[in-house]
Amino acid sequence: MADYQRIRILLRLLELSHILSEGGLLVSHQTTVAHFDIPYFQFLDSEANVVEPLPSFAEDSELLLKMYRMMMLMRLFDRKAITLQRTGKLGTYPSTLGQEALAVGMGAAMQSADILCPYYREYGAQFWRGVKMEEVFLYWGGDERGNHFANNAHDMPICVPIGSQTLHAVGLATALKLQNKPQAVVVALGDGATSRGDFYEAMNVAGAWELPVVFVINNNQWAISMPRDKQTKAETLAQKAIAAGLEGWQIDGDDIFAVKEFVDRALQKARSGKGATVIEAITYRMGDHTTADDASRYRKPEEIVAHEKQDPVKRLKKYLMSKGWWDETKEQALLKDLTTEVEKAVENFNNIPMPLPQAMFDHLYETLPQAYVEQRNAVMKGDA
Amino acid sequence: MAAITLVEAVTQALAYELKNDDKVVVFGQDIGTNGGVFRATQGLQAQFGSERVRDTPLAENMIAGLAVGMAIGGMKPVAEIQFMDFICASIDQILSHGSRIRNRTRGRLNCPMVIRTPSGGGIRAPEHHSDSLEALFSQIPGLRVVIPSSPSRAYGLLLAAIRDPDPVIFMEPKRIYRMVKEEVPDNGEALPLDVCFVLREGKDITLVSWGAMVHETLQVAQKLSAQGIEAEVIDVATVKPLDMDTILQSVEKTGRVVVIQEANPTCSLSAEIIAQLAQKGLTSLMAPPERVTGYDTVMPLYRLEKLFIPSEQRIMNAVKKVLEYV
Repeated sequence: MADYQRIRILLRLLELSHILSEGGLLVSHQTTVAHFDIPYFQFLDSEANVVEPLPSFAEDSELLLKMYRMMMLMRLFDRKAITLQRTGKLGTYPSTLGQEALAVGMGAAMQSADILCPYYREYGAQFWRGVKMEEVFLYWGGDERGNHFANNAHDMPICVPIGSQTLHAVGLATALKLQNKPQAVVVALGDGATSRGDFYEAMNVAGAWELPVVFVINNNQWAISMPRDKQTKAETLAQKAIAAGLEGWQIDGDDIFAVKEFVDRALQKARSGKGATVIEAITYRMGDHTTADDASRYRKPEEIVAHEKQDPVKRLKKYLMSKGWWDETKEQALLKDLTTEVEKAVENFNNIPMPLPQAMFDHLYETLPQAYVEQRNAVMKGDA
Repeated sequence: MAAITLVEAVTQALAYELKNDDKVVVFGQDIGTNGGVFRATQGLQAQFGSERVRDTPLAENMIAGLAVGMAIGGMKPVAEIQFMDFICASIDQILSHGSRIRNRTRGRLNCPMVIRTPSGGGIRAPEHHSDSLEALFSQIPGLRVVIPSSPSRAYGLLLAAIRDPDPVIFMEPKRIYRMVKEEVPDNGEALPLDVCFVLREGKDITLVSWGAMVHETLQVAQKLSAQGIEAEVIDVATVKPLDMDTILQSVEKTGRVVVIQEANPTCSLSAEIIAQLAQKGLTSLMAPPERVTGYDTVMPLYRLEKLFIPSEQRIMNAVKKVLEYV
């Protein structure tokens, strides 16, 4: 038989076996080499019903009231920041409305020596960790001094290039490990960031080197105008962890019990040398992407209304009231206190003088190289 | 003392810093067991262990991001990008973060990292292995860009780069990795950054170069000397920030200048040097400055690469043109 005839017969056989297997007639010996699953965690449903036995801190009224206070503060801060932007006192500002449980729960789960790598919707976690409201106002008000945290020496500043902070997190985690420090790193990212290579590269090395890092995805359903379903075919964002050999957990990001508990568990795991975890927190961006965005161009108002019942602040309030730890009188008193606190921060922000013109040269290098002294002098002389 | 090559001087500097500063960590692709594709990290993992001399997964942006995070976290990372052409994948971390974290946080955080990377052509390498991208990085505020041209300067400048509190892109001209040998005492003495080195004094013409091209430039200077023409040869070494004072002083003396680089000419370092000469040294010039460079083309594959890289003859032609100008 000529070679070409053999090949034709082989091809025909292959074709036949393909047809048979497509029709389910040919059973091949398939072996599954790995199994994966993505757990979902929630303690309080959107009506504040307890659906799973609560973690022990649910009886710690002091802690819960502190968390509630911070969520409320975050909301008032957010409202004020938008007003300041509308009146020209701030530049573009990204709102955090609806994502308070995630930020505050994350902050509350961390120890002060852990390191936070935020993106730009974690003000509650930052405030929890000592960052001042006027510093965040100052940053969005166009001044780098807003990243010079007076009360927090080591956290990373807000990170604008999407997803790039995940790589700082693995670098910081490597540094912790090399220095035998027992802390861990928490890095926050949006759902949009999970499409980026940075995120995959960071998870990959976190897995390979068993780094003490917790990736927290704020899945608020929108990457500016791109809805979650159009971003990826993956059923969950948490499952992106699987390829890197990490555990991926999905949690209700509007349930502060779930956030605090599972970020805490992931941190304990990280600190005890058991490596990284990816947490996908399901929440919702109630506001526009930023003050420069108009979500009505791409998002139906009904969608926002539908999500209002998931409001994380109301959910915790309901729980607190059900325990008898909270009432409307306390609520009004708190609102009054927090309003004063936010106004005080605005006043402090307004009282910060303009930076000197040469400030742009002050921290370019530790010592300004001779090559740039002439440019600095020109700016100082008011060479406009 | 045995004479060593430029690549061996790199290894010697890395070993010195690993030994004397426990914050130094060396990492990159294939740099551990394999000792790096050019053997720049040969033997370091055996000596200092796989924690401090570590192989990374293959992802350049991750390598740069790791370096940024580790530096902010208190270490002194020295990362290797296997070939400079592949550094393009890590520009976000270098440009958006490493170079500006000090400025962004008003000095609260800083980034004392070094990214070492072999650069330039001339070794018959495959595609995407021969670019000279110093100008690209010289555009980035907050960075230093350093290119040694001899074993002793590789040793001294790499020590300085590692000890520097700010990020440094350390380009290693691979064409001269093994071209010359020099005795380099392993005494831990760093050379100064931010200054040019005058390699040869002369009164008739100034030749400015850096990296591998310094060799052809010195050859030309020797030939000129045989003809009774004394060229001053300046090795820029730290191309960002640029030490224009040394270049201006030399041109004040000679009145004539040729800048020699392997990279493409448009918006390059030679363009910057000549622009600053026009601003600050025009009255000392007795002839229009010339430059000898690669072309504004893609670096060709190796059949044509020798035509791209300035030859002694091309340098000599430019020198003659500048000397003959009246």
